[in-house]
Amino acid sequence: MTTRIDTRFAELKKAGRSAFVTYVMAGDPDLTTSLNIVKALPKAGADVIELGIPFTDPMADGPSIQAAGLRALKNGMTLKKTLELVRGFREDDNVTPLVLMGYYNPIYIYGVDKFLADAKTAGVDGLIIVDLPPEEDDELCIPALKAGLNFIRLATPTTDDKRLPAVLANTSGFVYYVSIAGITGAAAADANAVGEAVARIKRHTKLPICVGFGIRTPQAARAIAEKADGSVVGTALVDALKNSLDAEGRATAKTVNAVAELTASLAQGVKGARQAAE
Amino acid sequence: MNIAKPNSYRSGPDERGHFGIFGGRFVAETLMPLILDLEKAYTAAKADPAFQAEMNGYLKNYVGRPSPLYFAERLTEHLGGAKIYLKREELNHTGSHKVNNVLGQIMLARRMGKKRIIAETGAGQHGVATATLCARFGLECVVYMGAVDVERQQPNVIRMEMLGAKVNPVQSGTRTLKDAMNEALRDWVTNVHNTFYCIGTVAGPHPYPTLVRDFQSIIGNETKVQMQEVEGRLPDSLVACIGGGSNAMGLFHPFLDDSTVEIFGVEAAGHGLTQLHAASIAGGRPGVLHGNRTYLLMDADGQIQDAHSISAGLDYPGIGPEHSWLHEIGRVNYLSATDDEALAAFQLLSRLEGIIPALEPAHAIAKVMELAPKRPKDHLMVVNLSGRGDKDVPQVGDILRGKTK
Ligand SMILES: Cc1ncc(COP(=O)(O)O)c(C=O)c1O
Repeated sequence: MTTRIDTRFAELKKAGRSAFVTYVMAGDPDLTTSLNIVKALPKAGADVIELGIPFTDPMADGPSIQAAGLRALKNGMTLKKTLELVRGFREDDNVTPLVLMGYYNPIYIYGVDKFLADAKTAGVDGLIIVDLPPEEDDELCIPALKAGLNFIRLATPTTDDKRLPAVLANTSGFVYYVSIAGITGAAAADANAVGEAVARIKRHTKLPICVGFGIRTPQAARAIAEKADGSVVGTALVDALKNSLDAEGRATAKTVNAVAELTASLAQGVKGARQAAE
Repeated sequence: MNIAKPNSYRSGPDERGHFGIFGGRFVAETLMPLILDLEKAYTAAKADPAFQAEMNGYLKNYVGRPSPLYFAERLTEHLGGAKIYLKREELNHTGSHKVNNVLGQIMLARRMGKKRIIAETGAGQHGVATATLCARFGLECVVYMGAVDVERQQPNVIRMEMLGAKVNPVQSGTRTLKDAMNEALRDWVTNVHNTFYCIGTVAGPHPYPTLVRDFQSIIGNETKVQMQEVEGRLPDSLVACIGGGSNAMGLFHPFLDDSTVEIFGVEAAGHGLTQLHAASIAGGRPGVLHGNRTYLLMDADGQIQDAHSISAGLDYPGIGPEHSWLHEIGRVNYLSATDDEALAAFQLLSRLEGIIPALEPAHAIAKVMELAPKRPKDHLMVVNLSGRGDKDVPQVGDILRGKTK
């Protein structure tokens, strides 16, 4: 099985550069604006798109992403509509990898088998589910792999060498290294520490390793891009979106551009990076 | 429900923390290594007689156990049926059953070398118990409490601060217990290297539901012995209120295999089951939140719904996973009591027995008012009086004065 994720990382490797991964919340602040934002991301330089599934109780997210999810929910966003958004995106982009990121309960309630079938049809390539560690692989990870979706696992500073093999065992697509013990939007990790962690994980896997949490600026993205196969930016984009909203939290004429412009400048940072050492 | 009856109702969970389909370990990877460590530390402590001996010392001389099993003569006469006994957990140091569990977890934290303790709290009783034991053992204590609960349980906020704890009001979501738990989990993920999360009820990822149950089982174990002493036999029924379900599980668990004992858990029905409430078994279905699969209040999209109860300690949209299992296999009957029923029970117990209960166990008393009159005079009914009402006096006073005006 080769997904759009595998293809994209193979291309980037050939081109000798690190991936730029963007995270936005599906339906933030409304479905139409959100679809336009997602459509604008590849043109602005995103190599991989992570799309958040809104959830009322996101236990690993900081205030920015919590608020983004609540804005989306308030405007009627659901998991079903998140899949519609993906279908809309796929109408004119059949190459950019798209990963859904979120928490298990909405998927469990939707029904795992139905969700996997609908997600695959909609054009989803992979899943990152924060509250499903390897100990719960039977729930969604194994069925997702069988359905032809990548299951991308988080590795963290607390995942030691003894535990890494278990974390990597059913991981596919790429490994998401969470650079700090903490929630999204927290302080950035030191690039050298990240480099060491990436090297450590590389000893256990051939999969690409993307690094996220705490990256906000083109400079930081560039520093990480020199150490890893990809850098992920989420909170900074969500904040840019929020700052473009009107006093009632509605999208304005500036909203799509605000996210696209920040994406473009972050992508420039990543593209200016020296090729990561093999 | 067509689920095969197990040989024993007391053998769970399995090695992965499952009670039937419920329980499990649904947490972020950052926390997983720590949860595995905790499980190991707990298994070792359980097998260590020194741990139990140290616990027993504090339970006796610091908490004041055993708590009495008291025959509520006037309540019994008034209701005219079953003979009602109160298990007096409200007499424990700090005023509720919560201290039984906190003592156990703080001893574990000490064994694990953790110096910083965090906790979530609804009514503030778990927060007070945690702040108390942190003071006793010189540990840093941070308590997360929904901003709504900070308002309605002021006396406990003041107590926690006097004990040296830092109380962080939580402004996210519904600003009640569920959000306090989210915030505590976020703190834990961030400070995982030095922090022990002292969970206040039989919920959360494995092994919490099990270890909290084990620490609270002293309630049921004592009840068994005490009832044997006064009546020479087992009780016929048990009644306890349910927030997450720790006081109930503590009373119930030692009796689960005694098939003659009828068991009733009482959830909070708030304004009524067709309106805003906190009865996850009566009004919810299985889902995944806060580290475990269990009955939850949620909408068709799997979004968690707001709970409502007059009682901050029951105002939670979930329930411990073992209760969900006991419901599905039919061993425990889950009932619910409304805000108004709990208020009426609160006043009745105060007037008849001179015991002001917390609003949480007032829900259990409310169902005793229905169950006891339908049972014969030789029926022995035990109610867990899980906490005292001091913390609720300002809130209930306001409500009653408002009502009588
Ligand atoms: C006195 C008292 N009883 C009961 C509860 C509910 O918790 P649980 O269901 O875990 O016993 C609380 C929670 O704050 C409480 O303070």
